[in-house]
Amino acid sequence: MTALLALVRKDLILYVNDKRALMLNLLMPIVLAAFFGSLFGGSGESKTGKIDIAVVVQDQSAVGKKIADGLKADADLRVTELSLAEAQAQVRTGKLPVAVVIPEGFGDKAGSALFSASSKPELPIFYDPSQSTVLSMVKGLLTQQVMQNVSAEMFNGAGGRKFTDESLQTLEKEAAGDPDKASLRDFLGSLKKFQAREDARVAVKGGAAGEAGGIAGGGGLSMPFATRDEALSSGPKYNGYAHSFAGMGVQFILFMGIDMGIGILLARRMGIWSRLLAAPVTLTQLLLSRAVSAALIALGLLVAIFACGVIIFHVEIANPVGFVIVGVCFALMTASFGLLIAAFGRTPEAARGMAVFATLILVMLGGAWVPSFVFPEWMQKLTVIVPTRWAVDGLDAMTWRGLGMDAALASGGVQLAFAAVFVVLAIWRFRAQQR
Amino acid sequence: MLSVSNLCKTYGDRRAVDGVSFNVQRGQTVGLLGPNGAGKSTTVSMICGLISSDSGAVTLDGEPVGQGNNAAKRKIGLVPQDLALYEELSAIENLKLFGALYGLKGEALKKRCAEVLELVRLSDRASDKPSTFSGGMKRRLNIAAALLHDPQLLILDEPTVGVDPQSRNAIFDTLEALKAQGRSLIYTSHYMEEVERLADHIVIIDHGKVLADESPSALYQRLPAQAALRAELADAGAAAAGPDAASIAGLADAVARLPGVTSATLQGAVLDVGLADTAHAASVLCWLAEQGHKLAHFATARTNLEDIFLSLTGRSLRD
Repeated sequence: MTALLALVRKDLILYVNDKRALMLNLLMPIVLAAFFGSLFGGSGESKTGKIDIAVVVQDQSAVGKKIADGLKADADLRVTELSLAEAQAQVRTGKLPVAVVIPEGFGDKAGSALFSASSKPELPIFYDPSQSTVLSMVKGLLTQQVMQNVSAEMFNGAGGRKFTDESLQTLEKEAAGDPDKASLRDFLGSLKKFQAREDARVAVKGGAAGEAGGIAGGGGLSMPFATRDEALSSGPKYNGYAHSFAGMGVQFILFMGIDMGIGILLARRMGIWSRLLAAPVTLTQLLLSRAVSAALIALGLLVAIFACGVIIFHVEIANPVGFVIVGVCFALMTASFGLLIAAFGRTPEAARGMAVFATLILVMLGGAWVPSFVFPEWMQKLTVIVPTRWAVDGLDAMTWRGLGMDAALASGGVQLAFAAVFVVLAIWRFRAQQR
Repeated sequence: MLSVSNLCKTYGDRRAVDGVSFNVQRGQTVGLLGPNGAGKSTTVSMICGLISSDSGAVTLDGEPVGQGNNAAKRKIGLVPQDLALYEELSAIENLKLFGALYGLKGEALKKRCAEVLELVRLSDRASDKPSTFSGGMKRRLNIAAALLHDPQLLILDEPTVGVDPQSRNAIFDTLEALKAQGRSLIYTSHYMEEVERLADHIVIIDHGKVLADESPSALYQRLPAQAALRAELADAGAAAAGPDAASIAGLADAVARLPGVTSATLQGAVLDVGLADTAHAASVLCWLAEQGHKLAHFATARTNLEDIFLSLTGRSLRD
């Protein structure tokens, strides 16, 4: 026991004295977690940023202007009106993700296309190919504005009345032998009566205020629903820092595990390992002492990193007991990972390169950089065999998701299973090398 | 005390140690001599239980020495060839760690640390880190770390590698003090002079096999010559071209027939003479003067382990 304690104490002193390691394993994850956390929504207190777009208004009709005004009024957009050339230049240079062009005559053509088979007018949209997700969002908002304003014009506006009169004159001649055209004539006839009643109502109320009346209160079609957005998790309010602290913590603590493994290889190279083995301690005792010290350091780092997250970035640990379980299991998994590296590494230099590469792959697939739920479905299924996935998901579950002990035990259990496999492989390999 | 019996170790196709056997008596210093790659370090590793042998046995006071925690290991102190120290821990912290591995703690550990630091003359540097030490001081601390548990047998694997002569002398002073305490030592080296200075008994190993296992005096008896005379003739060049050419050609044979001379060869102007003892050098020089030969230079030397190794293996120790 004296020997074991002395070995663990020695490792802890050496680690604390190594300022470079402390800097790498403690400061770096906090800095990077702060950066990634701000990208993933920060502490959730600030609203999502508006999307910057350009609008080129070539259609000076009422419809064209209303579409442009509608986009400018949208809470999710920050609209700049530019010329066509300026808008294209801004998108091409990546300064704006999307530019919408409302071409000349668009309002009239869109109105005609609403009730007839005439060709649909095009609405050019220029976009930065690296921002294709923004394109979809802008298309949705644009569709809403076009439908609302074009239908309003057709039902209530001057253009709509003119279109109705002209269409009725044409259809009176053609409807005799065509039942479809007769139906359309009847529909437009009803529309004309509706427009007349609206005109009379406006005349009674007086003023232009009546222009805003009509169908759905906007004079045209509007979205037949409104959404009520509510973030749903069992835990506290979502905090983007919670995930980034979990991800970066896992990554840099695994780096510490690598250093621990490399330390064994260096001890072998320097002859220290021989001196230790010449003493009356078993190989298993030596490896156990190394694993214990590495697990203690890993747990200390995890606590320090999350303490910073809690104090500075308001990360909430919803299930403290579960957090400790997940943290302890992750610390043991890290320690066993270090032993595995030491067991299979040939030289410190080669082992470090391979281990860093393997760790980066593990943390990437584990969802440490970006949450695993953004992975394709096949990758989400595949990465359950990656231990870091269980670590990151476990920490997420104990913080912002606020899940219960079943989630903590699942994460901890799988990590312990990985740790057991790593330890068995490492001891087997070390013993083989002693033969 | 220590019995090494028929140790064998093979790595792949290479037989690193091939039936090595020798004994170490209590208080004896055994020099394990051989060139690099001869199998010395592998033998030491098996004696200390760092690696297992393919066959053979090592016992200390009748107890088998093996891997893991066993009583025999507590009687052995290993000074590895490398500087097996934590550079970022102070000298005293290094010693406390290695002492704790042998179960020492508290006041007993402190006392032993002070004693071994005194022995290796590093008491005033106890709080300093080895990274601030000279090569010789590190080597001395390396030895101190193996002495904490007061081992009966100290095994030193090339403990003076990379050390300047002054530090080497300091290390030898320490080892001679340990020897005077009655401690048994195994000293591996490929430096003849070190082994000659310390060892009571010498085991010569090459290609994993024991070539000799004897006291130094017995080893010297194996050589036909115990000493050598080298003389450079001032007149050899002119004589070889003149009327005395025949006498020069027969000079080596004539010298070889002199009393106390075991061999003689003449190469150019250099005459190498093997002697049963250095005392015979004077009579050879007198005889050469009587024959009218003038000498430009001469030197005598006692034969050493290098010559013994050469005679045993046909190659130099440092090949």
